[in-house]
Amino acid sequence: MTTFKIGGVHPHDNKSYSAHQPITECPLPAKAIIPLIQHIGAPAQAVVEKGQQVKVGELLAKAGGFVSANIVSPVSGTVTKIDSTIDAWGMKMPAIFMDVEGDEWLETIDRTPDIVTECNLEPKEIVDRIAAAGIVGLGGACFPTQVKLLPPPGKKAEVLVVNGVECEPYLTCDHQLMLEHGEEIMIGIKILMRALGINRAVIGIERNKPDAIARMQELAAQVPGVEVKALKLKYPQGGEKQLIDACIGRQVPSGALPIEVGAVVDNVATIFAVYEAVQKNKPLISRVMTVTGKSLSKPGNYLVRFGTPLSDVVALAGGVPEDTGKIIGGGPMMGRAMNNIDMPANKRTSGLLFLPEKESRRQQPENCIRCGKCVSACPMGLEPYLLSKQAELAMWDEMEKHDVMDCIDCGCCLFTCPSHRPLLDYIRMGKGKVGGIIRARQAAAKAAAEAAKK
Amino acid sequence: MNLVVISLLILGVTGLVAAVLLYMVAQKFKVEEDPRIDEVQAVLPGANCGGCGFAGCRALAEACVKADTLDGLLCPVGGAPTMTKVGEILGLAAVTAEPKVAVVRCNGVCEARPRTSEYDGVKSCQILNSLYVGETACPFGCLGCGDCVAACQFGALSMDPVTGLPQVDEEKCTSCGKCVKACPRGIIELRKKGPKGRRMVVECVNKDKGAVARKACLNACIGCGKCQKECQFEAITVENNLAYIDPEKCRLCRKCEEACPTGAIHAVNFPARKPKVEEPKKEEATV
Amino acid sequence: MKNLIVSPAPHAHSGDSVRKNMLLVIGALLPAYAVSVAAFGWGALITAAISVAACVLFEWLIAKFLLKEQPTIGDCSAILTGLLLAFNLPCNLPWWIVIIGALVAIGVGKMTFGGLGQNPFNPALVGRVFLLISFPVQMTTWPRPLGFATSYVDAATGATPLATLKQIVKGGDTGLIDQLPDLWSTFVGYMGGSLGEVCALALLAGGLFLICTKVITWHIPVSILATMALFAWIACPEGMCPGQYIGLTLCTGGAMLGAFFMATDYVTSPMVGWGKIIFGVGIGVIVMVIRTWGAYPEGMSFAILIMNACVPLLNRIRPKRFGEKKQ
Repeated sequence: MTTFKIGGVHPHDNKSYSAHQPITECPLPAKAIIPLIQHIGAPAQAVVEKGQQVKVGELLAKAGGFVSANIVSPVSGTVTKIDSTIDAWGMKMPAIFMDVEGDEWLETIDRTPDIVTECNLEPKEIVDRIAAAGIVGLGGACFPTQVKLLPPPGKKAEVLVVNGVECEPYLTCDHQLMLEHGEEIMIGIKILMRALGINRAVIGIERNKPDAIARMQELAAQVPGVEVKALKLKYPQGGEKQLIDACIGRQVPSGALPIEVGAVVDNVATIFAVYEAVQKNKPLISRVMTVTGKSLSKPGNYLVRFGTPLSDVVALAGGVPEDTGKIIGGGPMMGRAMNNIDMPANKRTSGLLFLPEKESRRQQPENCIRCGKCVSACPMGLEPYLLSKQAELAMWDEMEKHDVMDCIDCGCCLFTCPSHRPLLDYIRMGKGKVGGIIRARQAAAKAAAEAAKK
Repeated sequence: MNLVVISLLILGVTGLVAAVLLYMVAQKFKVEEDPRIDEVQAVLPGANCGGCGFAGCRALAEACVKADTLDGLLCPVGGAPTMTKVGEILGLAAVTAEPKVAVVRCNGVCEARPRTSEYDGVKSCQILNSLYVGETACPFGCLGCGDCVAACQFGALSMDPVTGLPQVDEEKCTSCGKCVKACPRGIIELRKKGPKGRRMVVECVNKDKGAVARKACLNACIGCGKCQKECQFEAITVENNLAYIDPEKCRLCRKCEEACPTGAIHAVNFPARKPKVEEPKKEEATV
Repeated sequence: MKNLIVSPAPHAHSGDSVRKNMLLVIGALLPAYAVSVAAFGWGALITAAISVAACVLFEWLIAKFLLKEQPTIGDCSAILTGLLLAFNLPCNLPWWIVIIGALVAIGVGKMTFGGLGQNPFNPALVGRVFLLISFPVQMTTWPRPLGFATSYVDAATGATPLATLKQIVKGGDTGLIDQLPDLWSTFVGYMGGSLGEVCALALLAGGLFLICTKVITWHIPVSILATMALFAWIACPEGMCPGQYIGLTLCTGGAMLGAFFMATDYVTSPMVGWGKIIFGVGIGVIVMVIRTWGAYPEGMSFAILIMNACVPLLNRIRPKRFGEKKQ
């Protein structure tokens, strides 16, 4: 059985609450709020005005740069205002506010349930359609997908690595998507292979989803070049670098992108969105999210239109349980605890997890006993105990020397620490500082080089 | 006997040779240093806080000795008396600067600013600020984790458990500016101490529109501009929904304090007014 | 709705804790302790009880009244230190010497550096070595493990196999070879020596239990024992079968106890695999050097303490990074 080679931990997967719950559609809200930042990169620029009537599928905001993504209207109705709203962590973010009227779609969108198998488009056309549909990586990072499909000059893609791992505990949306829409995902994989001009794809799925492995294997048998890899259970297998290591045995060097080893990684949910955008002309207007928790009455997988307040989705899942102490956007390892659930669903919201109060609090940190468990758990081969201390003491240069920028925020160090030390909190802060210092240095070097040219 | 003499001789000669060598080396590699640097360093407080902008007291002493004028060189800890002494040593006129003090520009006490969530991570304003709005809805106000308290080397800052805000001990504050740098929200400002320590301060940095600010905190400045109209000395400016009192122009008439509808403006270190004694607790919190 | 709790990710924890690790190590020591009680009787019970009680008490007193901080005896590390100290003492040691040992172990070895996690040297060994140097007679008078004895102080004493071995190796007295126990009895039998090192089998079982429960990793014990075995094989004295010498080397004295329980102490051992192996090899070599050429018949405590001093250096060895280029 294969898995990635360095570090990793084994959190309890807790997937039984929402596993195998069929994907249920969430009703449309009366008012929708569509944030303009739903991806990594520059915010999208609004192209609609107050009072304008829009249909589902019409462009609301266009990409604000090369690394950015379009935002397409997920509902039909009137734009009431373009203002700022409060996100789930209490910060301000720009958003378009809409009154929902009916559910009118653009005529160009194919809403029939038929599966369109054939795709004869040129790679350029495929990438254009993906960009127009505003597709981003739905695994969590929300990196604009079209950017990944345009390798920088000199680099060539060789393998498409498909992420069906879902290594985060509790989350089951990708699992359910593979079971219900495996066929579409397989067509999506073919489309992406065509766009990249490659003929090999590896689908990585963890062993705790035997039915998804069987289903995808059955479908992959009919497609040449596509292979399904059953992976040993280990977190963070869904991390891009770890997944490439586990699936094709190549290690992306420090500071480099997957394309360095010829790999392009996409999540199954993203690939399903690619299928819909290319074959059905349906842009990214909704996503499947897992709403789960031990005390939730109806945990499950819900298809949610962007802009729907998360509180509506929660109501559908049976309302906030009485004993809730913490609500997490995403899984328990990398998800962020939210301070309200008024935020609208968007491309980033992969799940909602309700933790009971007794599981919500961290334990009191004790002295570091130098057991080295964080070192053996770190999937990037770093020394978290050292980095965290350096961050506490503001030793930014030392942190850089110890490769803090390699940290992927997976949380294995904090998960495993017997002294309950907040290792990652400090490392994350240090990483931000060091990143800023590096960027400033690069900018200075660039400016100096330009000055020298003149 | 012979043995003793030989031992003594060998040891004595070795000692002598070593002494000569050491002397020669010391002469050869002697670093010429202005003796006044040591003198100046001796009158500096020796806290090495870096508040003067130099790496430590020694670095400031070197800069003072090198400089032609003490203009721009100031030990904020020792203040004017120390700089006068430095001036005496160097034969330069000390430039007197107004004594300053750290002022916490947030009055989001617990009753005024309802808690909207409970933070359970590391007690660090910097980390909290990078992830969340804080425990209240105000994105500008004090986070209450005490980064400033940890940064202060003089024990002048402490967290008030009642208000949840840092308190400045004006006696101990040396206006070194460490807390200003430590606060990720830029709430702390070094302000002129003022005559008898009296000064007017807008204790809020919320730049949101009035209604939003007021919803987050009852003590917030809502940018209504009433104080600006009231002020006869043009000391108050309202920018981005936030009033600011220029300490250079302010004449301490206290009219703005009366005009402020939310109580964001505070008169510090004034004797209590006769007719209405207004919340003495708040006064305490700002001292 | 109540105010939600927010905190940075991750929101899950493995459930591991300092206390749990300490309790597992204490648990792993119990079989060996049971054998000791059977072999020495009341002496083993009293010495261990005094040592544990004194360690816990001293830690509590120092934390409460000298350092003025919340005592951390709840993490059970003081109990473990006390138990390990007792394991390293002769079971008929006068009670006041045990208490002095506990005071040095906790006071000097641990709390002066700031408590658990800060000490550079293994506290129990600091205590033991202090006693060994201060009370050499009492500390090297080993009662014979003759079965459960009800008397505490007046135990029959005798030479340990290691002392006999020393005479053979250093003194070249090959006539003593016949007095050595055979291989099997060294492994399972009652070997004279410190309280805890009576039965190699029980210590080995405890050590394997710790490796299986992932409290410790294999690196340190394996590298120590392998180095010692290799050294013994090469430096086998004339007239002795190498197998017997290797067996005696590994099963007597503090070899097992040191390799599995003392050297693997989290705080005073390196963090990274290669560092741990170098650490273990260093201990193995020093032990054998002391045993072969040194003044003492056993050198485990000294070897571990010497290598403890090298740990900050060994911690500079970095783990293999993901995607690191081969040079």
